[in-house]
Amino acid sequence: MSPIIKRKGERFTLPSKYLLFILTVLCTVMMLVTFGTDVFNRPLNVVVGYVIVPFQQGIEKVGGWLSNRSEELVQIRTLLDENAELKAEVAALIEENTLLQQDKYELNKLRELFELDGQYAEYNKVGARIIGRDSGNWYSSFLIDKGEDDGLEVDMNVIAQGGLVGRITSVGPSWARVTSIISDNVHVSAMTLSTEDNMTVTGDLRLMAEGCITFSQLVDGQDSVREGDKVVTSNISDKYLPNILIGYISSISKDANNLTKSGEIVPAVDFEHLGEVLIITDRKQSVVE
Amino acid sequence: MLRKIIVTVCIILCFVLQCSVFDSLSFAGIIPNLMIVLTSSFGFMRGEREGLIIGFFCGLLSDVFFGSFLGFYAMLLMYIGFLNGKFCKIFYPEDIKLPLALIVVSDLSYGIICYILTFMLRSRFEFAYYFLHIILPEALYTIVVTLFLYPAILKVNEKLENHERKRAQKFV
Repeated sequence: MSPIIKRKGERFTLPSKYLLFILTVLCTVMMLVTFGTDVFNRPLNVVVGYVIVPFQQGIEKVGGWLSNRSEELVQIRTLLDENAELKAEVAALIEENTLLQQDKYELNKLRELFELDGQYAEYNKVGARIIGRDSGNWYSSFLIDKGEDDGLEVDMNVIAQGGLVGRITSVGPSWARVTSIISDNVHVSAMTLSTEDNMTVTGDLRLMAEGCITFSQLVDGQDSVREGDKVVTSNISDKYLPNILIGYISSISKDANNLTKSGEIVPAVDFEHLGEVLIITDRKQSVVE
Repeated sequence: MLRKIIVTVCIILCFVLQCSVFDSLSFAGIIPNLMIVLTSSFGFMRGEREGLIIGFFCGLLSDVFFGSFLGFYAMLLMYIGFLNGKFCKIFYPEDIKLPLALIVVSDLSYGIICYILTFMLRSRFEFAYYFLHIILPEALYTIVVTLFLYPAILKVNEKLENHERKRAQKFV
């Protein structure tokens, strides 16, 4: 008798191998469909936005709160050991001091962001907080706490600390995914600021630990590009706005074909310690107009 | 019904932990793979069917948030859950060696398949480098986390099975 025929008085259950087959077909269809289009992305992004993102935001807040508390505790403890007789007074002072330090820290951060703002003044920007990192170890992307409701769209550029971080690759109602330029599958069209020679900047997993990215296809006939030269996004890129700082050339060498050069770039952004980012809400197309 | 709710909560909890808390607990930029631990353990504790369904949803979550197209991780984790379910018959809750071995093998094969399909096909051929710097550390870290996470999952499953047994007896 076939295993999928329902017997009397028994609840119908699909045998697991049939289920596996059906889901495999479903996955394959989804892969084929979403490879070219983004039909499913919209509803799924909305659903997970309501189910998962609130948890992530909560954990982020709790984590921040806990690390603040633990910092406070450590500071108070060391001072108690040093000044046992001034215990009460010192504790109160330290409390105050910590709060002030936190304020100062925030002030510095805001000042930095403000300066950055001056540099790219012609673009409209919104700030966002990072609430989650890639769940695997192969690529580098992260989630931010703003989405469609805040006017974000796919392909908007993301900057921080004066340099390019990446671009938005997926967006939900209250969250967005930013794929960073150090991710292994990302290519950015770039140019040197001094000579305006075009090149392709590519993330590399092997260099990610050192915090470097590679560049290639640099045509430099006059040998005028040097180590330490500034690299910015090029004006021929169709996703990235022109003249955003990517980093500085740290090594350069001639390719085997004797025509092009390649090497490594140290990014301007410290990708290990990113907390807040700025999203440029202007997109390349609208700038061209 | 209760089982479905609890398992859903487990999946969401593991996913959120993996991409927020474990990011700050990472060693040399490597984070453990909690989704594999969850999928495999439900696979060998409950059988092929539950393993493959849980794997599918775990993978789908990763796909929606971090995949460039849907279905890749879902399919990978689904097969891992299904294959782990094959070991349901020789699984005993008291024995921790089989679960550990299964989770290591699952995580290693997950890493290797990820490498082949998403890196080797883009002509990144230095397998030794990726194996030693990404796949192996991830498997080791996952094992360390498994030592804490697996007993918790086992306990949750035990509680659920007791609950279901009691309900079944009520009907008799």
